[in-house]
Amino acid sequence: MIHTLEPILREHPFFQGMEDRHIQLIAGCSMNVRFEAGQVIFHEGDPADHFYLIREGLVSIQLAIPHRGLTTVQTVGGGEVMGWSWLFPPYRWHFDARTQEPTHALAFDGKCLRAKCEEDHSLGYDIYKRFMQIVTERLESTRLQLLDMYGNHP
Amino acid sequence: MATILEQPEVVTAGLVPDPMVPMPYRIQRVKQETDDTFTLELLPEDSSKGFSFAPGQFNMLYVFGVGEVPISISSDPDDVPLLKHTTRVVGTVTKAMRQLKRGETMGIRGPFGSHWPVEEATGRDIVIVAGGIGLAPLRPALYRLVAEREKFRKIVLLYGTRTPEDILYRPELEQWRGKFDLEIQVTVDRAASSWRGNVGVVTTMIPRAPFDPTNTVAMVCGPEVMMRFTVMELLKRGVAAELTYLSAERNMKCGIGFCGHCQYGPTFICKDGPVFAFPRVAAILGKSEI
Repeated sequence: MIHTLEPILREHPFFQGMEDRHIQLIAGCSMNVRFEAGQVIFHEGDPADHFYLIREGLVSIQLAIPHRGLTTVQTVGGGEVMGWSWLFPPYRWHFDARTQEPTHALAFDGKCLRAKCEEDHSLGYDIYKRFMQIVTERLESTRLQLLDMYGNHP
Repeated sequence: MATILEQPEVVTAGLVPDPMVPMPYRIQRVKQETDDTFTLELLPEDSSKGFSFAPGQFNMLYVFGVGEVPISISSDPDDVPLLKHTTRVVGTVTKAMRQLKRGETMGIRGPFGSHWPVEEATGRDIVIVAGGIGLAPLRPALYRLVAEREKFRKIVLLYGTRTPEDILYRPELEQWRGKFDLEIQVTVDRAASSWRGNVGVVTTMIPRAPFDPTNTVAMVCGPEVMMRFTVMELLKRGVAAELTYLSAERNMKCGIGFCGHCQYGPTFICKDGPVFAFPRVAAILGKSEI
């Protein structure tokens, strides 16, 4: 019996409200993945050929800074999306991703999905809208982090 | 439809006869909490002169010969007459306060202001969102919630701070988390790779936090900008504005609404606040020069 990932996709907050035919198209580019704690999922500069929907676990988005070592700039947990570098040229990761704990995720083949988006622009529009929402939220969070809200500001 | 909970009233039972006269309190302990934050533990010199307080209220702390500052009470409301005040070294008075030693005396006036709607939240989920030292005014509410745990449904604490080293009350947070009937999530703005917890602003935890937004009371305390974005996220999640409470902070001097230093639009923070239901301050929250 073939198990499809469609039910899992439908349950994930990122795909909430998506049309069934789009879910079916996307499911064809997805697979279940599991990472051990401390495992590197991707490295800065590597080809960004996937994105991930985290189902369970915690992943650190990190940057290596000279003389400071690895710095975590964000963590991504269950129900969240990780990675949008697959959407835009040059399709390379800008950060490292390392699991903090055992992590279950759905991995999506970026090339496969880009091709489907080119074939079906309504799918592409839907996907890009959803990613824009994520990008907007991350930008807002980053701005708040930059404010150093909890610092001592007379 | 949600109803506005009764606006918390000032507890006056233990108020000193003249609210402008400080009572002498002796320092029992000075505890360094983080790099720039410390807690004073105080008992009244006359043990019969202690007072009760409600979570969220504040006292005016007087360093003799230096000055007076308003600081929220951060101790257990069921552990009176002991008072704990956590503050950061930011100005002349708090600098002098940090130099005080065990056994020295300072003046206290209070308690002043409104309080968190702990009793009124019976039967509901409770989400507490704290930022930085904003956890201090919420700690008495947490003590009360833990003590009366059976009265409430889910209790969730979302706490954001700068770095792992800036986490306040770490032993208590660990102890409460270990009780398994409180959901405690901590996040920091930045961290070295050795930190195994969340990194990101506290608002990012709200969409996935385990509470039922249709039956939740929210209590929020932190820097004003953090509270603005937190309230936006809570409302987006579906928490009723009327059930969303925040603690405002201004330059309070007299503590009883006489001097006008803490005027915040049509309200005085010291008398009408510091704890407000969101609709009461929605129009002025975030406006500069208020």
